[in-house]
Amino acid sequence: MQASEMAFYFFSVVIVVSAILVVISRNPVHSVLWLIVTFFGSSGLFILLGAEFLALILMIVYVGAVAVLFMFVVMMLNINFDQLRSGFTRYLPVGLLIGLILFVELSLVFSDWVPANSYDYKIQNSTIGDIENTKQLGLVLYTDFVLYFQLAGIILLIAMIGAIVLTHQRKRNIKRQDILAQIYRDPEKAIELKDIKPGQGL
Amino acid sequence: MIAVQHFLALSSMLFLIGVFGIFLNRKNIIILLMSIELILLAVNINFVSFSYFLNDLIGQVFTLFILTVAAAEAAIGLAILVCFFRNKGSISVEDVNVMKG
Repeated sequence: MQASEMAFYFFSVVIVVSAILVVISRNPVHSVLWLIVTFFGSSGLFILLGAEFLALILMIVYVGAVAVLFMFVVMMLNINFDQLRSGFTRYLPVGLLIGLILFVELSLVFSDWVPANSYDYKIQNSTIGDIENTKQLGLVLYTDFVLYFQLAGIILLIAMIGAIVLTHQRKRNIKRQDILAQIYRDPEKAIELKDIKPGQGL
Repeated sequence: MIAVQHFLALSSMLFLIGVFGIFLNRKNIIILLMSIELILLAVNINFVSFSYFLNDLIGQVFTLFILTVAAAEAAIGLAILVCFFRNKGSISVEDVNVMKG
């Protein structure tokens, strides 16, 4: 068995086992940690497939951002998770049935799938070459796919704005400095002089 | 030698685990979002393996865009979740009934 095959089977087993543990884990914190293991495994697979840039991006984006976000939310919200799992055994047969149906469908598709013989279009963006993967991706991404690249940036911007708008809350009962009110304050009206007669109240 | 079918089998297994997780954890939105991430990861593995076996870089470019959308989706989903928890004090899917859907 070659080293690459061994690496493939190792990463596959890691991915499948940790993905199953993500789904069936009792504590969501453990689920997030197993999700991180899944991402590491698929990152290894990507390196095996020669997509180093994507592998490292996967680690940075998923492990560094998304998984941390999940972890943050799980730990921030004070939730009774046992109550959320009450229908676990009830949904198990339905889930297994749906999974089985999908498995049969996918295996029917893949059992006699072969690449079409007519696959002979001219490949413009070959992965073979003497330049490294990151440079290849950059050469394609900033020329042919620059519109999609910008659109991805806009999607991220909208997501950022949306997340801020959704979660930001102004606290109401806090004294804040109102600069305009200070500037336009009239000193004449600020103090009122009253002439109080002796023996009388105000 | 590892064929493309091996990678397809792996990614379909990952996809199935994701779908299974959606059905299994129907009350817990956090694990639902994680299952969606698993499904997107399966799609990514498919794209990258085809990119490798067909010597075409476009698969990797698309994987990059899927990664972007997945990150945005997770951020928005978790923001909605936090907002919902703040209003209702629970994240159970059964409590999402304001619109009588």
